[in-house]
Amino acid sequence: MAQVTLRKVVKAYEGGVQAVKGIDLDIADEEFVVLVGPSGCGKSTTLRMIAGLEEISGGEISIGGKVVNDIPPRDRDIAMVFQNYALYPHMTVAENMAFGLMLRKFPKEEIRRRVDHAARILDITPLLERKPKALSGGQRQRVAMGRAIVRDPKVFLFDEPLSNLDAKLRVQMRTEIKKVHQTVRTTTVYVTHDQVEAMTLADRVVVMNNGVIEQVGPPQELYHNPATRFVAGFIGSPAMNFINARLEQASGALRIHLPGDIVLPVPAERTSRYAALAGREVVFGIRPEHLTEAKNLDRPHVAPFPAVPEVTEPMGMETLVHFKMDGAEVCGRVDPNAPAYPGQQLPMAVDLSNMHILDPQTGRVL
Amino acid sequence: MSQAVISPASAVPQRQGAMRRLARRNSTTAFLLTLPLILLILGLVVYPFLYALYLSMLNKRQTRFIGIENFTFLFSRETFWNVVFQSVVFAVSAVLLKALIGFVLAHVLHALPAKGQRKWRGMLLVPWVIPPAISTLAWWWLFDPSYSAFNWALAGIGVDPVPWLGATGWARFSVILVNVWYGAPFFMIMYLAALKSVPDQLYEAAAIDGASAWQKLRFVTFPMMRNIISITVLFSLIVTFANFDIVRILTNGGPQDSTHVFATYAFQVGIQSGDIPLGASVSLFMFPLLAVFAVLTLRGVNKRTKEMS
Amino acid sequence: MGTTAAPTTPFVPAQRRIGSIAAERRWAMIGAYIALAVFVIFFMTPPFHMLMTSLKSSGEIADLSGNPWIVRNPTLQNYWELLTQGNYMIHFRNSIIVTLSTVIISMVVSTMAAFALARMKFWGSATLATGVFLTYLVPETLLFIPMFQIVGSMGLYNNLLAMVLIFPTLTVPFCTWIMIGYFASIPKELDEAALIDGASHIQMLWKIFIPVALPGILAAMIFAFTVSWAAFIYPMAFLVSSDQMVLTVGIVSDLIRADTFQWGKIMAGALMAALPPLLVYAFLMDYYIAGLTAGATKG
Repeated sequence: MAQVTLRKVVKAYEGGVQAVKGIDLDIADEEFVVLVGPSGCGKSTTLRMIAGLEEISGGEISIGGKVVNDIPPRDRDIAMVFQNYALYPHMTVAENMAFGLMLRKFPKEEIRRRVDHAARILDITPLLERKPKALSGGQRQRVAMGRAIVRDPKVFLFDEPLSNLDAKLRVQMRTEIKKVHQTVRTTTVYVTHDQVEAMTLADRVVVMNNGVIEQVGPPQELYHNPATRFVAGFIGSPAMNFINARLEQASGALRIHLPGDIVLPVPAERTSRYAALAGREVVFGIRPEHLTEAKNLDRPHVAPFPAVPEVTEPMGMETLVHFKMDGAEVCGRVDPNAPAYPGQQLPMAVDLSNMHILDPQTGRVL
Repeated sequence: MSQAVISPASAVPQRQGAMRRLARRNSTTAFLLTLPLILLILGLVVYPFLYALYLSMLNKRQTRFIGIENFTFLFSRETFWNVVFQSVVFAVSAVLLKALIGFVLAHVLHALPAKGQRKWRGMLLVPWVIPPAISTLAWWWLFDPSYSAFNWALAGIGVDPVPWLGATGWARFSVILVNVWYGAPFFMIMYLAALKSVPDQLYEAAAIDGASAWQKLRFVTFPMMRNIISITVLFSLIVTFANFDIVRILTNGGPQDSTHVFATYAFQVGIQSGDIPLGASVSLFMFPLLAVFAVLTLRGVNKRTKEMS
Repeated sequence: MGTTAAPTTPFVPAQRRIGSIAAERRWAMIGAYIALAVFVIFFMTPPFHMLMTSLKSSGEIADLSGNPWIVRNPTLQNYWELLTQGNYMIHFRNSIIVTLSTVIISMVVSTMAAFALARMKFWGSATLATGVFLTYLVPETLLFIPMFQIVGSMGLYNNLLAMVLIFPTLTVPFCTWIMIGYFASIPKELDEAALIDGASHIQMLWKIFIPVALPGILAAMIFAFTVSWAAFIYPMAFLVSSDQMVLTVGIVSDLIRADTFQWGKIMAGALMAALPPLLVYAFLMDYYIAGLTAGATKG
């Protein structure tokens, strides 16, 4: 087991296109880190550089304190789980799991012991003599994980392992992966484009975009304190609303001026933080769950405003309402019993203690 | 709050590390793996071809360089022009017939229920499976001047015996017939594979759009198969144009050299009469035409590969 | 008017059309079977006549009064004589030797090359792959005359060994081409998994690629077998003494003495010579056809 360190890691392709533009990342021993971002953000490339499947164009990657830039994958002591499982179709489950150990010339009893152990962890003992073709998607996923576990490597690498599963199985396997990690405690780097996976699995989430790291932190921190507009918009579903607004200083109080002449007071504990921004154009960020039907108006920082929903989407435990605020699309979450109907006025309320103010130029959260 | 360092692309100097050595070792491995293939192509295809060019410019005893004299000599011979004519007639008519029969059979087979298809397909491919040098012996016997089983059957309906291999016209017909018999199944199997690769939904969509059977063939099947048709036709043109077995066994070029194609004529001139340089010149005449067909085939295959992926 | 007609008129033609579709389909089917039957008869006539003749005595063959399409007194005399006298068994053995060697050489050369061409991008690999395909399109009739000289200068004229040397030129390019396709269809992640599991390139080829692409290898093997078994012009040009000949040329050369055609034995010999490819075809039809049609694409 080991920590993984990335120092100014660059991946450049011929023709000068950079997929990864110099990233730094420290992954602690036994930590479960998830790289998340839209496709093409460089997360998979980063993972593949850690695995040794892609050459590192610049910078340094070390595993367990040892620089691995020049070490081929087989000698990095890592194991990887692929999106399409990459099980050897001509080998049984047991042979698939044993292959890496066999190539490393482990004694037969040791191989059998490890395969049995991993099979027990993953609950696939009855499948050991089957071929991959005879397995369901979830079972294949387990075997792919088993192949990683038997090797007892320094690091587990997961490359979008759940994207080929249907929604229900994905949730189930997610828990499974978390359980396995809690059992074996191997340092894990996990790549996904699905922010829910990232939030649920990770000790720390690394949000990547355009070949750079936008933010690193525990899931809750990323959710509540995003550093940039990209992170704020990427984490959470439905996505955070961004509304062009203006901060105004009027009669000693700081106020937010939203389109449609809605003016809301900035909570007192935030005034000092935003005081310098008075009179500036900003982006007002608010998550849908903090835009509800008008209730709890007696609570501090909850301010009412009127809205006319254009579309309502009942989800069962809540209803999503979409309305326009002077052209800007805004989404709120209301109680399923709230009188939300398309085209009918609905009094809404915004919880300003959870608002974010962003710089419209840099996209940074202020 | 965050450890992220959004640093500009740092220009770390490229190093000549072990990964690079590994990459170099990989290309050495790749070279060694392909070496037998390269040697085979260079030694047994490219070199013989260049050697043929050289040979074709020598005199009969290979003692003197005579330039293009062999070629000009051939141009002056009526037999050679007969060979050119017959090769073209043979290849074009045989390929057209094969393509036509193959197309019809593929369609008929495709219309059958899946269960029966296999059995019929199995029987219809038999001519292709028997080595032509062997099956042509059976044809030769069927065409025998005194014992022809065809003529016996014709006599039964009152038709005079046909000189299958004895008269110019009939001999030309016979070699084409045998070639069609041998090659049509190949077309059939290629077209059948192409037909199977057309998704059923396209036909269903066409049916809902109101297409008749003919319109489905014209607007769905044919465009989807165009590529495979051209690949198969071009490939078959090459093989048929360069055919040797059938003509050699059935007629050996006769009667009066009227059925000679390039290959059999080259064999007769080069191997049997011992004028190797002249034989080499004869077979080299095939090259330009074959090269054009080959390049077109390659283009078709590349296009098809792209379409399929 | 339209409203009153509506309930009745669509009903009647609809029913008639259903009936006519079924009838149309039945006629189409009958037509299909007739066409198939005609072509099966056309395609099967030579082998059938071959079989009939092979079962006849020379007396019955020479007898012009009877129906040549059927055999009256079937005898295995022709087969028996071929198997016990003369050089037929030598030709058969020679064909087996040459074909087996060709298949082995072809598979080794083309598997290695296809693996490198499908998976290891190296300088000139794309050109080489194209070259392989073009080589496959070079007919042997273009090269047999210079080859005649080359074989002669190597002292291999009238030597079976020359066939083992030359036949791979007929098989390797196509085998390589279709194996590139089969190898390319193996997902890239499989190599990467093997790489991480610690496999070298050779182990990857041997332990992963060959087993996974086995159907493709079988198809290529069948192709190499049939081509090598059927090869004609090279044996015709390079082999002159009966003990070196393979079946395709041996049958005729031994059974035709001047103007005596031993048709019964020729047909029996031809039938037995056609048997190995027919058996391979009968038992491995799907692989046979896969190999046949694979040439039209790379994958």
